[in-house]
Amino acid sequence: MEIFEYAPAPESRSIVSIRPSYDLFIDGEFVEAKSDERIVTVNPADEEPLAEVAAAGDADVERAFAAARRAFERVWSPLPGAERGKYLFRIARVIQERARELAVLESLDNGKPIKETRDIDLPLVAAHFFYYAGWADKLSHAGLAGTRPLGVAAQVIPWNFPLLMLAWKVAPALATGNTVVLKPAETTPLTALAFAEICQEADLPPGVVNIVTGAGDTGRAVVSHPDADKVAFTGSTEVGRQIARTVAGTGKRLTLELGGKGANIVYDDAAIDQAVEGIVSGIFFNQGHVCCAGSRLLVQESIAQELLARLRARIERLRLGDPLDKNTDLGAINSAAQLARIRELAAAGEAEGATGWSPACPLPERGYWFPPTVFTGVTQAHRIAREEIFGPVLSVLTFRTPEEAVAKANNTPYGLSAGVWTEKGSLMLWTASRLRAGVVWSNTFNVFDPASPFGGYKESGYGREGGLHGLEAYLDV
Amino acid sequence: MAEASPRIGVRRTYKLYVGGAFPRSESGRSYPVTSPAGVHLANAALASRKDVRDAVVTARRAFPGWSGRTAYNRGQILYRIAEMMEGRRDQFAAEVAAAEGAGRGKAQALVSAAVDRWVYYAGWADKLGQVLGGANPVSGPYFNLSEPEPTGVVGVLAPTGSSLLGLVSVLAPVITSGNTAVLVASERAPLPAVTLAEALATSDLPAGVANILTGRVAELAPPLAGHADVNALDLAGAGALAAELEELAATTLKRVLRPGRDDWNAADPGLARIRPFLEIKTVWHPMGR
Amino acid sequence: MPDTIPGSLRSYLHGLPGVDEVGVARRAADLATRSVKTTAKRQALDLAIRMVDLTTLEGSDTPGKVRALAAKAVRPDPADPAAPSVAALCVYPDMIATAARALAGTGVGLASVATGFPAGRTPLEVKLADTRAAVAAGATEVDMVIDRGAFLAGDYRKVLDEITAVKEGCGQAHLKVILETGELVTLDNVRRASWLALHAGADFIKTSTGKIAPAATPPVTLVMLEAVRDYRAATGRQAGVKPAGGIRTAKDALRYLVLVKEIAGDDWLDPAWFRLGASTLLNDLLMQRTKLGTGHYSGPDYYTID
Repeated sequence: MEIFEYAPAPESRSIVSIRPSYDLFIDGEFVEAKSDERIVTVNPADEEPLAEVAAAGDADVERAFAAARRAFERVWSPLPGAERGKYLFRIARVIQERARELAVLESLDNGKPIKETRDIDLPLVAAHFFYYAGWADKLSHAGLAGTRPLGVAAQVIPWNFPLLMLAWKVAPALATGNTVVLKPAETTPLTALAFAEICQEADLPPGVVNIVTGAGDTGRAVVSHPDADKVAFTGSTEVGRQIARTVAGTGKRLTLELGGKGANIVYDDAAIDQAVEGIVSGIFFNQGHVCCAGSRLLVQESIAQELLARLRARIERLRLGDPLDKNTDLGAINSAAQLARIRELAAAGEAEGATGWSPACPLPERGYWFPPTVFTGVTQAHRIAREEIFGPVLSVLTFRTPEEAVAKANNTPYGLSAGVWTEKGSLMLWTASRLRAGVVWSNTFNVFDPASPFGGYKESGYGREGGLHGLEAYLDV
Repeated sequence: MAEASPRIGVRRTYKLYVGGAFPRSESGRSYPVTSPAGVHLANAALASRKDVRDAVVTARRAFPGWSGRTAYNRGQILYRIAEMMEGRRDQFAAEVAAAEGAGRGKAQALVSAAVDRWVYYAGWADKLGQVLGGANPVSGPYFNLSEPEPTGVVGVLAPTGSSLLGLVSVLAPVITSGNTAVLVASERAPLPAVTLAEALATSDLPAGVANILTGRVAELAPPLAGHADVNALDLAGAGALAAELEELAATTLKRVLRPGRDDWNAADPGLARIRPFLEIKTVWHPMGR
Repeated sequence: MPDTIPGSLRSYLHGLPGVDEVGVARRAADLATRSVKTTAKRQALDLAIRMVDLTTLEGSDTPGKVRALAAKAVRPDPADPAAPSVAALCVYPDMIATAARALAGTGVGLASVATGFPAGRTPLEVKLADTRAAVAAGATEVDMVIDRGAFLAGDYRKVLDEITAVKEGCGQAHLKVILETGELVTLDNVRRASWLALHAGADFIKTSTGKIAPAATPPVTLVMLEAVRDYRAATGRQAGVKPAGGIRTAKDALRYLVLVKEIAGDDWLDPAWFRLGASTLLNDLLMQRTKLGTGHYSGPDYYTID
């Protein structure tokens, strides 16, 4: 008798038409870059080229800022909030209508599973625009009466959630009356360019949103442009530091959403099966390419053995492979560079004496892949307990008392996220109140909502995105 | 009967205020403080980089306790500071007059405003959570609450021109929310800051919550801005150093309140000096049976 | 004899790990997105048919109705002899004899509800007599109900003892213990009742009578699958799970199979360890099966109503 096994269930990519080559989106139109440098973006699942995009140079960035400034002064900031809001509602609707196409495009360009782009990224992207659309004419009710938009916002976003990070940046900026120059990540520019088309489809006035593709040089040109009134960056702490230095003394407003080394604390009375789920989603969601990942598991020593046994059994059920397969849980690593970084840190974990474990998990021959990995025997001193790996690699540490759990959780220069698992309400609140982290997930992990502010303590950055608090970043509070 | 000889006054020594104690600078140095007219007023301690380091250590040590107090209790203590100042009005007025070259009436008014500023910020302590935090209506079965928390240790460069009112206006908003502070007093007019420290020391404010250094801003500010265990900076008195300090602060991604057009006389300063030194923490919890 | 339970029953059951309802719902919803297509669907549909406990539990049941349903249980799709038989026919005790005659020699199991089904509010002697009579009449499987009143009152001993006694009364017949999760309400209760029934010797734990809403749900079934998985890990004995009530479409059934596969594991993907208590479900499974075979959608008139 045949056992019931999943058959391949690939989402069709025919819904997406990718052009061989893309120009920059400036002043409401796709315009040829003055720079002749081009970047090829590849599908990380098979290393096949998807398209070529422009690497915007200084002159291109200059043009984008000029367009954004013009749009800010002549059109967007004078527009009543209610009208700005209507444009954002329109954009949200078009995103919903084109959700399937955008999900497939995102999976192709990023390598993340279609299940995630379809069920998490795209619904959140649309929700974010809906949420901030409604704020546009209600800022006086947000405790922000009398404040004004900052002007032109320079925004640089990462590759891990390309369209979602765009939404987190663009929606609040536009709702508050700013215009933007946005640079998507070098390895994932395609959904931002699709968003440019959506801006056209929504008849958004030219210059309100400008999208310049490129790599690090383009990013530097964007954040250091003298006509930027505001700089918003999501990415690594190292680059965040450089940007903070660049901005120093300029008077530009700055928000940074940077790295993390989130601790997921599991007490001995936790709902153990859900804790296992939380650990899995904490570190393997989006291949671990998540700044708020629960990359350090802190488990109470008395249940460590049982929990790890359950965790391993659960990880063995994860399905790694074709991002477009609807049953894929773990997709491709976004780039060769990121894969090299993950490999280097995993090797350091072994070298420093921790024990790595991965399920028997065949990796596709082409593309960038890394199996889900759990390191036990990790100590606070190990690099894999301190440095952000940004991949599907979990470091397991144990603790004996709540005090020790909190002390270990906070023993990092980062402070973005943390998890707490206990069935005891007062212990949960005690722990949550002592964790130095901007987001604390209790008895859940990696859930997001446009109404919920997100952002870090310490070297995880400053400012909040999402919710009422996210408005402050774009107003002269 | 022999004529009584005139009594020789007992002069004060102006020292640092670190960890609730009044040490001299570890360097053993002092510097002369004069009035705007050039009259010698006293010698003040000339703090060193090591004093900065010691003050940061004591501020860090005080942080868990102070931020862990109830907001109500912090408000009570700030109000107690106002009470302590009120009792020493004449001393403060005399010092402000000497330090700023102000007339008696003006000096009295500045002291009144400084006392009132403590009262103002005392009242904020237990309002912040409601004004800046609250429940978020997420679309799922989750309880989701955002609340402000103090960021940690804040380095404060007090304004140079307003020796008491300016000083209180930058210190009070930092500590009312639960931060601890390492403050560098006005270099030119540090004496009211030391007298304030004496009021703080008798006001139930836990040791280490507010640490006050006197000395050269150019010497003390860079180590403060570069110190990895400082979470935020108020650059009110940074002057020409502001850009350099902001760049130093970037190394550990400190929150920075840049110098601005500050009106120390504003009756209602609002949240402008509180908000920069807060973190918003958002806690999620499922709602189920 | 039931497995030995250390300490008091209450401290034992309340010492089981808690269950977070929202987390379970999130996991179940995630698994509900699993795509079961082409070859997987073919395997899963046949497996689901083989797992069906084809059920009629109505006051209006007659020998004629039961005989008709028995025929359908043996040969669900008269047009396609390759369509497998269901696992068992499930009827009230007074219909056992009729059903036994109809099923003789077919290999299809015969399940009887017993113990004062569905409320179970009869004295223990009556429940035992009910059980023995069903077995004597030819039932190979007995679906009993637990005393939910005793469970909710915290009288776990009474629940345990009753299951133990019924199990003894079953003799060689397999015992399925119905928790009636719609009355236990919380997933913590579902987990505790599952372990209680397993320790008392249940061969299967079953969600519902079908007479109380909500009946089977994916989250409840997920928690029960965790219980049999963990119970086997702890004791070495494997037991089965049977969601019953409210499973009407092939799509629902396939989602349950996904739960079995991913929560308990492939060892449970067998009619010996997983059943679907249902009546109208069977025709939808057959229709989907035909669609896969022919490429065309079928209609209800092409399948027997019982």
